[in-house]
Amino acid sequence: MITKDNYKKSIKPYQPKPKYFRNCIKAFLIGGLICSIGQGLTVFYMEVFGFTSKEAANPTVATLILIAALLTGFGVYDKIGQFAGAGTAVPVTGFANSITSAAMEHRSEGLVLGVSTNMFKLAGSVIVFGTVAAYIIGVLRYLIQSFL
Amino acid sequence: MKQGKQTWVFDNGVYIKGSATVTGPREKQGPLGQTYDYSFEDLYCGEDTWERAEQALLNKSIDLCLQKAKVRKDAVDLLVSGDLLNQNVTSNYVARDFPSSFLCVFGACSTSMEALAIASSQVDSGNSDVALASTSSHYSTAERQFRYPTEYGGQKPDTQTSTVTGAGAALVQKERSFVQVEAATIGKVVDFSANDPLDMGSAMAPAAADTIVQHLKDMNRQPEEYDMILTGDLSSVGTPIAKKLTYQFGYDIENVHRDCGLMVYNSNQNVFAGGSGCAVSAVVSYGHIMQQLRSGELNKVLIVATGALLSPTIVQQKETIPCIAHGVVLKRVSGS
Amino acid sequence: MIMDFVWAFIVGGAICVIGQLLLDLFKLTPAHVLSSFVVAGAVLDGFNLYDRLIEFAGAGATVPISSFGHTLLHGAMAQAEDHGFVGIAIGIFQLSSAGIASAILFGFIVALIFKPKG
Repeated sequence: MITKDNYKKSIKPYQPKPKYFRNCIKAFLIGGLICSIGQGLTVFYMEVFGFTSKEAANPTVATLILIAALLTGFGVYDKIGQFAGAGTAVPVTGFANSITSAAMEHRSEGLVLGVSTNMFKLAGSVIVFGTVAAYIIGVLRYLIQSFL
Repeated sequence: MKQGKQTWVFDNGVYIKGSATVTGPREKQGPLGQTYDYSFEDLYCGEDTWERAEQALLNKSIDLCLQKAKVRKDAVDLLVSGDLLNQNVTSNYVARDFPSSFLCVFGACSTSMEALAIASSQVDSGNSDVALASTSSHYSTAERQFRYPTEYGGQKPDTQTSTVTGAGAALVQKERSFVQVEAATIGKVVDFSANDPLDMGSAMAPAAADTIVQHLKDMNRQPEEYDMILTGDLSSVGTPIAKKLTYQFGYDIENVHRDCGLMVYNSNQNVFAGGSGCAVSAVVSYGHIMQQLRSGELNKVLIVATGALLSPTIVQQKETIPCIAHGVVLKRVSGS
Repeated sequence: MIMDFVWAFIVGGAICVIGQLLLDLFKLTPAHVLSSFVVAGAVLDGFNLYDRLIEFAGAGATVPISSFGHTLLHGAMAQAEDHGFVGIAIGIFQLSSAGIASAILFGFIVALIFKPKG
């Protein structure tokens, strides 16, 4: 008997469950692939431009962001994302996609009020939480280092 | 005239003189592709922005409806229209160029039948001679307003539905014609505390069941008296729940029930649980169903359009999703 | 060399699997998942653990968004050594500026050129 009080519980059998295992495998493969491409880029920047492995991290990230932005522009990234789930959301390419997709979506409202204002509507939380967390941990670490 | 608790019976005779449906490209590839009057070849419908594309859909459906009914624009007394966007912009901007009284309605995806019920009651009461009911929705305007940017790569769950790009219009008047609007059951807002905006089928099923049961009670009818009981966009998730709920009230609709959301797309079109949006019930009812009523394959149909009355802002404030469903009975008139 | 790629693949893939489980099992939105990852990256870096992960997995640790938390904290700590508390604010975006700047720039340029396809 489905009633108002037990509704959310009693309709569980009717709701399709996510395919946990399949989704994880897909996320693993695509996420791993993106990181391997990143590894390839790192090696490239180290071999060709003589960067150290630490210095190579920045151009690597920038290159991946460029690729993700272009794939978003061509309307491909959302299709890959539907397949890969967290595999394309968690790497820095997902960050680039959230910025680029929001910017593109709002170009119909102009460059200032549309593109620029809405650019961070999805990615903003990442920057805010990263900054606040890094700040708090930075202060704590500095205090501990200074007084110990 | 009121019958039972929530049902209006149009005793004076209200008839659909003509109707028209317009869709986007993806719907054209669906199983009902041949039944639409016109399908645009791209999602922009020849316009610059998604919002103007939706207006083009609605405009086109109204123009085609008037053409098919052979009624001039200025002969229409009342336009009743609504859509999904904030401030109902699509309908308001289309009505800007329409020379008649205008009532704007919002019932989320139940808007098609809400508009038809209001238009019919106005004709029945004599407040209008000729009234036009229309509605529209567009995949990209809905995604932008309710979910994410269209190019965003987030993974959509299998419970999610895809908004139908399309518009439908129906012209009602007193003059006898091949399809009669017999009655309308106006739903009440039902909230069973579902709160997942990516699973609207589950949220809307109780509202659909409530209206179907109320209608059958008010009219003192059994489900078998209808050739079809058609719900709007319960999708593959909400459909079995709604059937189960109506069964609990003593009505078995298993054999006569269909869901518009499951009729518009093929299973290989990546639409997850099915189609949704204001347009889904409009493009199915005003095209396919009207044609079957005309040809005699159907005689009497109850169309229950279902709407999830959610706003992204309020859902983020942890509110649940209230839902509504409105039913309209369409009947074949023989010998006309 | 080959092993670098293998570990990058495995560790990067594993981090994505954690994200997928947060999405599917705990029904978090992508924004919640990414925010959690960035915070986790900063916390791990607070204990000097993230650097070890990078040494081990290379791009498998620098490409996932959790490394953003790590670079934020690294920049902050580098300046803190020279300028004390003020340095934390000065340095916080220092190392991550390449990522943020290129995301803004490329996002803007792409939005100028391409229309969304729907």
